[in-house]
Amino acid sequence: MAKLLILGSGVAGQTAALHAKRKLGSKHDIIVVSPNSMYNWIPSNIWVGIGAMKKEQVIFPLAPVYKKQNIEFHQAKALSIFPEGDTSSSKPFVEIEYTDPSKLGQRIKIHYDYLINATGPKLNFPATKGLGPDGGFSYSVCTANHAEHANHGFQELIQQMKKGDKKKILVGTGHGTATCQGAAFEYIMNLEFMLRRHRVRDKAEITWLSNEFEVGDLGMGSMHIKKGGYITNTKTFTESIFTERNINWITRSHVTEVEKGKVHYENLNGEFKEIDFDFSMLLPPFAGAGMKAYDKNNADITSELFAPSGFMKVDADYTPKKYEDWKASDWPKYYNNPKYPNIFAAGIAFAPPHAISKPQFSPNGTPIFPAPPRTGMPSGTMARIIVYNIVDMIKGLEDRPVRGASMAKMGAACLASVGKSVLDGSAASMTVFPIVPDWERFPETGRDLNFTTGEVGLAGHWIKYLLHFGFMYKAKANPFWFIIPE
Amino acid sequence: MNNDKQMRPFEQEFYAPKPTPFSLHMRVNPIWQLVRFLVLNIKMLIMVRKH
Ligand SMILES: Cc1cc2nc3c(=O)[nH]c(=O)nc-3n(C[C@H](O)[C@H](O)[C@H](O)COP(=O)(O)OP(=O)(O)OC[C@H]3O[C@@H](n4cnc5c(N)ncnc54)[C@H](O)[C@@H]3O)c2cc1C
Repeated sequence: MAKLLILGSGVAGQTAALHAKRKLGSKHDIIVVSPNSMYNWIPSNIWVGIGAMKKEQVIFPLAPVYKKQNIEFHQAKALSIFPEGDTSSSKPFVEIEYTDPSKLGQRIKIHYDYLINATGPKLNFPATKGLGPDGGFSYSVCTANHAEHANHGFQELIQQMKKGDKKKILVGTGHGTATCQGAAFEYIMNLEFMLRRHRVRDKAEITWLSNEFEVGDLGMGSMHIKKGGYITNTKTFTESIFTERNINWITRSHVTEVEKGKVHYENLNGEFKEIDFDFSMLLPPFAGAGMKAYDKNNADITSELFAPSGFMKVDADYTPKKYEDWKASDWPKYYNNPKYPNIFAAGIAFAPPHAISKPQFSPNGTPIFPAPPRTGMPSGTMARIIVYNIVDMIKGLEDRPVRGASMAKMGAACLASVGKSVLDGSAASMTVFPIVPDWERFPETGRDLNFTTGEVGLAGHWIKYLLHFGFMYKAKANPFWFIIPE
Repeated sequence: MNNDKQMRPFEQEFYAPKPTPFSLHMRVNPIWQLVRFLVLNIKMLIMVRKH
């Protein structure tokens, strides 16, 4: 009997756990460790943050799902990995600490034959002074609680605007190396839509502030699409949407500090500037979960398993290279650690070989460019492929992973909500292939123009709304959940 | 929508393409959007099938 241990129950962890159970049945043990008792369908946090959905609609308790699936669940956080075991046993294990109130703080060891690290991002608010809702001055929508809190602030703002006050709203990235611009984009568009709904749009000055070189970069180095007889760029697409909605934009900026009502930032020219706000939602940069690793003699081997960012090292080419020398083949295929090949990382938890957007530095040496996004579809797909490879190895069909899931060979569909309404809502619907540009295969734009597309319309909103229910249904492992693709 | 808003020459928005009233109408026209709904779903399924 083999033991598969999965750390994290977000998009990647939950996908991995359910597929593993389906493929392995009760002949093998599947164990999930995750600190939160609730699952959160993070993309819908955007709608919680503007009051279009309740927090309860985007979360559900995990324990009953795992019970139903006969998956062992520990509400705990992983602290350290011992891939060679320790002095008492050579069996690899992970040390965990319970967050479950009934066992709070207790630590135990969980042994494994295969490990999937799907711990996602640590929200690194401390990277920017004053950033974030916990002791800072800006809101976030990264968790359901953050989004609920942001909505309280937003509703207050609307009330003040209804009394005639003019307000300044700032949305974007709170650090020069932040990612997830797509989520911030959705938030600014939904917020603007809501202000129109409340008939206070004329009272708001809305500004986008980001670390992108140009709007529409989205951490993917932007995309080219065919539109109106031209091959055009997502910069044009995004500027058009912002202009249509009367949103100003400031790009190439690294937020250095957030004070009450004021953001300080440095731009790529090396200038230090500030901008006032009454309401701001700024996304933090991401780091890895911060686990440690030790060898059998208890020597610290964290740097062998994890990059300095805290993300897990996998089968990527981490050799430092100039942007011009980046290749699609730098990106990992199987997502396992070269030294400990039974340890895998899925979703945001794996360390990318480099950014996708071109690295840019201010004259002061400040890096101002987005980190690469790892959105829901690739996170789920790589989790599924990792599980298929592990299942083949457990069943003795293969002795190493054989199915690849490189982001340079994978496409993604992205539906960015720009207004939540069944009759007059809208979404920017984008497909991109491949996610990481492959300049050797597609010399013109780095991507396949037949499968890299974008359009704005109500249909995108319908799909996004249906996907909310579809993905919640799937994550709950309801009947035939596996028909719903990642 | 700010489509009718007067443009400020040489400001950011001056250089961005703006949707025409026809484009704006088609974005919420239920019949056209039903067609786009089908097309988008097919596109996304092709994307999923690629893996
Ligand atoms: C506001 C917002 C909107 C978004 N919208 C979209 C969208 O529309 N479409 C899209 O494709 N993507 C979207 N994304 C991105 C998407 O949410 C991520 O791609 C996805 O959540 C990544 O999955 P993951 O499993 O890697 O990480 P997560 O989903 O963050 O899961 C990480 C899991 O690990 C657990 N964990 C953390 N630390 C530990 C530890 N020490 N031990 C054990 N477990 C741990 C966490 O509790 C969590 O369960 C959005 C992101 C944000 C923030």
